[in-house]
Amino acid sequence: MWKWLHPYAKTEKVYALCSRLQPWFAISAIALLITGSVWGLLYAPADYQQGDSFRIIYFHVPAAMLSMSTYVAMAIAALVGIVWQWRTAFMAMVAMAPVGAVMTFIALFTGAAWGKPMWGAWWVWDARLTSELILLFLYCGVIALYNAFDDKQQAGKAAGVMALVGVVNVPIIHFSVEWWNTLHQGATITKFDKPSMATEMLWPLLINIVGFVCFIAWVTTLRLKNEILKREGARPWMTSIVRRGSGNSHAV
Amino acid sequence: MNALYAGVFKRDLSLAFRQKGELLQPLMFLLIVVCLFPIGVGPGPEILQRISPGVIWIAAILSGLLGMERLFKDDFNDGTLEQLILSGLPLSGIALSKVFTHWLVSFLPIICLSPVLAMFLHMSLPMYQALIITLLLGTPLLSLIGAIATALTVSLHRGSLLVSLLLLPVFIPLLIFATSAVESAAMQLSYGPQVAIISAMTCLALASAPFAISYALKVSQH
Repeated sequence: MWKWLHPYAKTEKVYALCSRLQPWFAISAIALLITGSVWGLLYAPADYQQGDSFRIIYFHVPAAMLSMSTYVAMAIAALVGIVWQWRTAFMAMVAMAPVGAVMTFIALFTGAAWGKPMWGAWWVWDARLTSELILLFLYCGVIALYNAFDDKQQAGKAAGVMALVGVVNVPIIHFSVEWWNTLHQGATITKFDKPSMATEMLWPLLINIVGFVCFIAWVTTLRLKNEILKREGARPWMTSIVRRGSGNSHAV
Repeated sequence: MNALYAGVFKRDLSLAFRQKGELLQPLMFLLIVVCLFPIGVGPGPEILQRISPGVIWIAAILSGLLGMERLFKDDFNDGTLEQLILSGLPLSGIALSKVFTHWLVSFLPIICLSPVLAMFLHMSLPMYQALIITLLLGTPLLSLIGAIATALTVSLHRGSLLVSLLLLPVFIPLLIFATSAVESAAMQLSYGPQVAIISAMTCLALASAPFAISYALKVSQH
């Protein structure tokens, strides 16, 4: 496995891998998100208690789940970077951070929009809402720390340490606020043997979750390529790609 | 080896006591912040007693953050930190000694000041006992975690606000458990579980933070 993984410490290989994977992530993200959203928003049956307003679950739950997962992925990238001194791992971490922050924001925003009709308030100091808000702060801290340094190599290491401190803290925050205060409903689909949701409502949700995963992967590969372009712009392999005219057309 | 650590410790301590203004300012800040609450919220003893654990803990965290910058900044600027890294002593040990000094000069005075604060906010005796216990066990955690972020930002010119942004979210669990311990004490309930969790977090930080601090210092020195 190490033989297979080691080449990806080089930016060149990572760039090629991203270029190869990116169209697949893009296609599957678009297809899955359209299918899941149209099915969920138009054809899934309405909830007997919450009516049509439950449909926001098709964006709220994937965003909330993946905001956490993105943070863990970011911390793993940071750990890999610190332990094995991979520059590309720090680049991947930085590429993921704003994506995760936006996911957290989507989860909070849709949650507020859902909370207003259901609980009668935009915001309550409930366990899950609070821990999600703190997660947003942690993302912002990592991004701010990275941007504060001029030397991006040093910035990656510093932000990596902060991401790791944050990931140790995420479970603590999660449980502390859970014991502190709770109103949010329990998890919908963690118990896989018998989900507490009707099947015709569940399928669009699962499709949207996978769609969100592909979307995050798509944006992350884009941002990673962009990061590599910014940092390695003067390298010979990069200039040869640019000269050929392929590869940089997708970079934002 | 021990003599070298003792030298580092003594040097930090005497440096801190030579800048008495910097030593006193966070304490004055703490006192004034706590005084603002009765003025802002109203002087009713019931309200003050209800909010007292949160107010004192938040004020302690904020004033601790004020002194955080001092932890490595001067040593970084005059090159002492570089010498310490080159000295051959394990950097994590030096970091631990510096963190301990920081705790001694910025949090121990707060704990000494806490009877006055408790009196201002009409705390009952069981509440005050719980407050002292949580402060004694929880403030080392603030110093330890704070030192990581301070070490990361020590090479930045304007890092002090960034340190607060990085640290405040990380301190939330401690704030939750500490205030909930004091509230349990107010209701004559046992607050053993909260104290146990705070001690666990402090032990975890004590075991891992010195290494994170020394890595962060090396990254900053780069």
